[in-house]
Amino acid sequence: MTDLTRLSLADARKGLKDKSFTALELTDAYIGAIEAANPSLNAYVATTPEQARDMAKASDAKLSQRQGGALEGIPLGIKDLFATKGVHTQAASHILDGFKPEYESTVTANLWRDGAVMLGKLNMDEFAMGSSNETSYYGPVVSPFRAEGSNANLVPGGSSGGSAAAVAAWLCAGATATDTGGSIRQPAAFTGTVGIKPTYGRCSRWGTVAFASSLDQAGPIARTVEDAAILMTSMSGFDAKDSTSVDIPVPDFAAAVERGVKGLTIGVPKEYRMDGMPAEIEKLWAEGLEWLKAEGASVKDISLPHTKYALPAYYIVAPAEASSNLARYDGVKYGLRVSGKDITDMYELTRAEGFGREVKRRIMIGTYVLSAGYFDAYYVKAQKVRTLIKKDFEDAFNAGVDAILTPATPSAAFGIGDEALASDPVAMYLNDIFTVTVNMAGLPGIAVPAGKDGQGLPLGLQLIGKPFDEETLFAAARVIEKSAGGDFAPKQWW
Amino acid sequence: MSVDAATVKRIGRLARIRIEEEEVAAYQTELNAILGFVEQLGEVDVEGVEAMTSVTPMTLRRRDDVVSDGNYAEKIVGNAPLTEDNFFMVPKVVE
Repeated sequence: MTDLTRLSLADARKGLKDKSFTALELTDAYIGAIEAANPSLNAYVATTPEQARDMAKASDAKLSQRQGGALEGIPLGIKDLFATKGVHTQAASHILDGFKPEYESTVTANLWRDGAVMLGKLNMDEFAMGSSNETSYYGPVVSPFRAEGSNANLVPGGSSGGSAAAVAAWLCAGATATDTGGSIRQPAAFTGTVGIKPTYGRCSRWGTVAFASSLDQAGPIARTVEDAAILMTSMSGFDAKDSTSVDIPVPDFAAAVERGVKGLTIGVPKEYRMDGMPAEIEKLWAEGLEWLKAEGASVKDISLPHTKYALPAYYIVAPAEASSNLARYDGVKYGLRVSGKDITDMYELTRAEGFGREVKRRIMIGTYVLSAGYFDAYYVKAQKVRTLIKKDFEDAFNAGVDAILTPATPSAAFGIGDEALASDPVAMYLNDIFTVTVNMAGLPGIAVPAGKDGQGLPLGLQLIGKPFDEETLFAAARVIEKSAGGDFAPKQWW
Repeated sequence: MSVDAATVKRIGRLARIRIEEEEVAAYQTELNAILGFVEQLGEVDVEGVEAMTSVTPMTLRRRDDVVSDGNYAEKIVGNAPLTEDNFFMVPKVVE
């Protein structure tokens, strides 16, 4: 039998329906692949093989009756940020030591409703704070990709590094991920996978460990555009338990995938042409535009003048919200407790030991910018800049642009333990330069593999859409996927 | 604006994170690097611009003011490091 883990989610779904194999066989194939690969890649922080087999058997029972949901019997990996009832949920942090929630996040509940099978919890940057998956309490995820002729370990990107690596390395058919400043799109670009951050409000945030609530959105990482669209349809939907969840119908996103781009206008923002941008990224971007034009789209130069201020504004807004959200980890209600001589001592020691360095740094920045006397100068100012960033996009869309094409990242994946990045927090933050604007404006954005750099590492392009118009992004991303035509799978070394 | 060593310690106290003496200098350098980076927002003219409160045009929904959930104290305290009779246990707060 062919290796079932190599099937796309769409093909696996077809095979299950046609009874070419069972959900249990498919699940066992993934469990075997995880057992073999995880010591090398560290993509999963917890596996749930028994639960997976039980879910698969239940799916087989339904499939044999020609019943079942849109994801019946499809094995998925779940980012450790999503609460999964009775199962390891720690946001890859020491401070949530031993936490097993009594409830299920809405997004994962939607996936189980549609018949998906849970393989386990995926590694990530601690509390989703990072761009390399190196801030995890469980250690870094190793990318399944290596530069040609090199054995050096590379990062899979972050914060959804475990999700991206597991999908690329065939350790799940698809994965949940979250994106606060680029945490779905950057790791997708680094691993030759497809990742979409939907419009803010499309997916419920309920039961997802909060980082920066006005920016956080869940979305899928998958091996194809079609797979991402199938997952997106199941993950989305109104939820009364999230006050910012938007009550509008969820389209069948997969139906939009082959819609094409004929007649669409694609915007090209001049501000994304950064000084010192590698020539191969420039070339990739130009190629992407040619592919879209060849399929009937027109291209229009646009200006998003406040682009350069998105990242600095983000590094006020996100830490401010994080410092507030992470106040709940106090050694009382759940997770780690370090005893002290009094309650304040206990709080301070617990948080000093439980949070990693990057998380503490961001809580400190957030606490500072929200502190008396600085609130207006930093937080209010940043939120005003955010209004301007959003208006830039609105002006472009009002001028007839349907979607915007940009590079997804300023470079391909870098090495684990990169010294230049480790010594300068701002240098690491610059990884999100092309993605963060989208979170600041609440828009949907998709990363799709489009080419490779000189060392054979995948590079991605990003498409940015109008609010709640993810369908256009899937259609345009599919054109890029088809036109790129490349094989973005890693060469298996693990 | 930049922070000095005393400010780093004060932020640590406000954030309830113990900052050991030997960590202060490193935090000071890192925080100042980030604050230096965000300084460029000073160039942006925000005269008459409203601060964003919601990224999507929406009014926050309100639910009915009724009890709709609860009666499972044992689940609420189920993950706590220390409990007694469904109460969270903490070090003595009042002398």
